Amino acid sequence: METIPYTVTPREDTGLINAKLGIWLFLASEVMLFGGLFSAYIFLRLGAVSWPEGSSILNVPIGTFNTLVLIGSSVTMVLSWAALAEKRFDRFRLYLGLTMLLSLLFLVVKGFEYSEKFSHHLYPASSSFMAIYFTLTGLHALHIIGGLVVNGYLWGPGSKMWASDPERFTNRVEIAGLYWHFVDLVWIFLFPVLYLL
Amino acid sequence: MAEVHGEQSFWRKYIFSIDHKIIGIQYGITALFFLLFGFILMMIMRWQLAYPEQPVPIIGWLLGEEGILLPEVYNSLGAMHGTIMVFLGIVPLSVGAFGNYFVPLQIGAPDMTFPKLNMASYWFYFLGGIVMLASFFVPGGAANSGWTSYPPLAVIATMGQTMWLVGMVFLITSSLLGAVNFITTIIQLRVKGLTWMRLPFFVWSQLVTAFLLLLAFPPLEAAGVMQLMDRLAGTSFFLPSGLVVSGQVLEVTGGGSPLLWQHLFWFLAHPEVYVLILPAMGIVAEVLATNIRKPLWGYRAMVYSAVFLGFMSFIVWAHHMFLTGMGTTLSGFFQTTTMIISIPSVIILTAFLLSLWGGSIRFTTPMLFALGFIPMFGLGGLTGLPLGLAPADIHLHDTYYVIAHFHYMVAPGTIFALFAGVYHWFPKITGRRMNETLGKIHFWGSFVCMNGIFMPMFAQGMAGISRRLWDGGISYQFAQDAGVLWSNELISISAWVLFLFQIPFVYNLIRSIKGGEIVDDNPWEATTLEWAAPSPPPHGNFTEPLTVYRPAYEYSVPGAVKDFLPQHQPEEG
Amino acid sequence: MTSASSELDTHTRTYLAVFGALAILTVVTVTVGYLSLPVGAAIVVALSIASLKGALVASFFMHLISEQKSILWLLLLTLGLLLVLIFILIIAFYDHAGTIIVT
Ligand code: HEM
Ligand SMILES: [Cu+2]
Repeated sequence: METIPYTVTPREDTGLINAKLGIWLFLASEVMLFGGLFSAYIFLRLGAVSWPEGSSILNVPIGTFNTLVLIGSSVTMVLSWAALAEKRFDRFRLYLGLTMLLSLLFLVVKGFEYSEKFSHHLYPASSSFMAIYFTLTGLHALHIIGGLVVNGYLWGPGSKMWASDPERFTNRVEIAGLYWHFVDLVWIFLFPVLYLL
Repeated sequence: MAEVHGEQSFWRKYIFSIDHKIIGIQYGITALFFLLFGFILMMIMRWQLAYPEQPVPIIGWLLGEEGILLPEVYNSLGAMHGTIMVFLGIVPLSVGAFGNYFVPLQIGAPDMTFPKLNMASYWFYFLGGIVMLASFFVPGGAANSGWTSYPPLAVIATMGQTMWLVGMVFLITSSLLGAVNFITTIIQLRVKGLTWMRLPFFVWSQLVTAFLLLLAFPPLEAAGVMQLMDRLAGTSFFLPSGLVVSGQVLEVTGGGSPLLWQHLFWFLAHPEVYVLILPAMGIVAEVLATNIRKPLWGYRAMVYSAVFLGFMSFIVWAHHMFLTGMGTTLSGFFQTTTMIISIPSVIILTAFLLSLWGGSIRFTTPMLFALGFIPMFGLGGLTGLPLGLAPADIHLHDTYYVIAHFHYMVAPGTIFALFAGVYHWFPKITGRRMNETLGKIHFWGSFVCMNGIFMPMFAQGMAGISRRLWDGGISYQFAQDAGVLWSNELISISAWVLFLFQIPFVYNLIRSIKGGEIVDDNPWEATTLEWAAPSPPPHGNFTEPLTVYRPAYEYSVPGAVKDFLPQHQPEEG
Repeated sequence: MTSASSELDTHTRTYLAVFGALAILTVVTVTVGYLSLPVGAAIVVALSIASLKGALVASFFMHLISEQKSILWLLLLTLGLLLVLIFILIIAFYDHAGTIIVT
């Protein structure tokens, strides 16, 4: 019969397009995923005989820098979508490119932090703190990599859709943006919890 | 975007298909295979329980020297039986297969909202299944720490446990993709006129189920990642300090908590039991409504109950943990919520029972299975209540009583509902009906055997027999005088005979695909939308646009010409 | 046309303002971290600031302020369930029979 409706125009009674609802559902499950780890952190910390202050092990200035990098990438992400809404494809590419560069920078800094820890013989097995630190930041880094792949696709091969179906492409960028802001949001919580408390 | 039929290659059409119906069938075949496989595992275990340490016939050569089932293998079989039945058998069959095939049809949609995700969901499931199967061949065999994978045991177990965790990550991914797809489909793709209170109950049950899968699974995924870290990276999320194994203090960082795993596991696994039962209730509702020829009694109450069940199932989980030394505040809370959650279950059960009242019942095979479901589910639910009260649970926990409780829910409960679904919807999938005589043999045989298996387990459990041991351990000695040990043989024989009674089913299923009686598009004279599509429905499902005019179950409407008014049929003149 | 693009300019300005607020809050939370407050107070402050930042990201970058109510309900449901998990874990830690021996 027909193709699947509401891929571009919202359904009247729900006011949503399919992908928008889908990504929010996915993000809800992600909240529970990170939330599960977070609750584990609380439980273990409560039961611990002693728990180190994050700043005594982790490098706060570097963490602060990385936080700003990630927040910056969120801004460029939302700007790239705004550029599409304005029909400025060149700007879209610029901003999305910046987003990817910033996320790469984040990963490089993170890798540097990791290797520094390893060089001090701090591994996941070293303590409960290190275990939860590596697990949470590692999972977060995987999410960054996932976002990079998606954004890279939209920047490169996927952007062909702009010529054929601009509205749908704009929606795609918005959806990718929602995911990206969520990854940023997770970090906003991870940073104080791990580095400052 | 006109799809060109005929020109799709075999691979696109049947293997990497994005049509929800093909994916549903793929799910169905794979899940039936796993159900059979899981069943075989337990039939082997039952040999050891009935005839301890005697060589296992037929497949004994697989088990090594002398064909005796060794304790470690027994443990593997037990863990994998549970895992396979729950995660690879029942859920994929009730959600992946029936949900996928019939939710879009029942809401008048051309497909799921995200067909490619749907395909990905199946293939993640498939991969997860392969990993689980492969784990039987790694050193030390498959996972052997129970389907619950409690640490510390699971953390120090053999390599099969790692495979189990990896397989679970695949399965969780699969069910997340599926859940997102189901919820968006049901919310977005309902056809014109199909308001919430006109949805078939089956669709409601799938909606609630999808929410449970979406929000309860991720914490288990988190826990799974942590257990993987414990096993592979040497962390101690779940290992306490000073843990002693075989008289030796374990060399670990320590500082972890085994209880943390239990909490995160049951945070999923209690909602998971409702994932096991809700779609089954949905199927039973459809089959009942069709075969009693009158509207379901209390449709609204059923819907509200299902939604309430969904909410409540998130706050009862620690009733599985009464024996972990929890304090009275916490256990009081969970006892209370557990008693509360049984209310909506009872409402749904009552609605089923009262629906029968005054109906002109057609005793077809699917109806027999649906009718069988009702008392079996009732028994399972009633016997759950003592488990939900700590004073009784302290005695019954970890005995065969628990096994009996939940198997009454899932075996003669959910599995009967699934059989009902197969017989009920087979004509839609193939355009042919399955053989009734064979179906009735299948039903009556299964009904008797199921009770033969699980009824004695209540007595065994009350006599204190442990549910986990290869040789019963000391619990056998304590139960000597209770006169329950003889029933081990009865249980095992019932299980094997149950297997024999599945042969007519499998034969019937395969033979009817080509040789079943040809029927029209609506052989049961049912009202819901799937029967408005041709059998089998073409790609895109419906030949003309539909509008819905009325609630789901308008049977025997006074003054109407026929005894059923399909949802999509305009008012007659 | 002009009015449309100026509307977009205000959008851009909002985004940049949010970025400024987030940056300032980041600096604030780090500074507070150096004050070495008592643990309880530190947790409250750090988590409040993080929640505020999170709310900013969600409201403006993710447009939650102008999003359908159904999405909000979904998120509230999720957060509610998460809080249940966290609180019960905390209660489970304090409410147990017997004593836990820590070595
Ligand atoms: C009527 C409401 C129900 C109540 C009050 C109830 C109560 C309980 C309780 C308290 C336990 C823990 C027993 C123990 O380990 O000591 C339990 C176990 C179990 N229940 Fe239920 N239950 C109910 C419904 C269901 C349903 C609908 C299903 C699934 C279809 C189900 C499946 C299970 C399973 C699989 C277990 C065992 C898990 C394990 O330890 O391996 N229950 N039930
Ligand atoms: Cu439960």
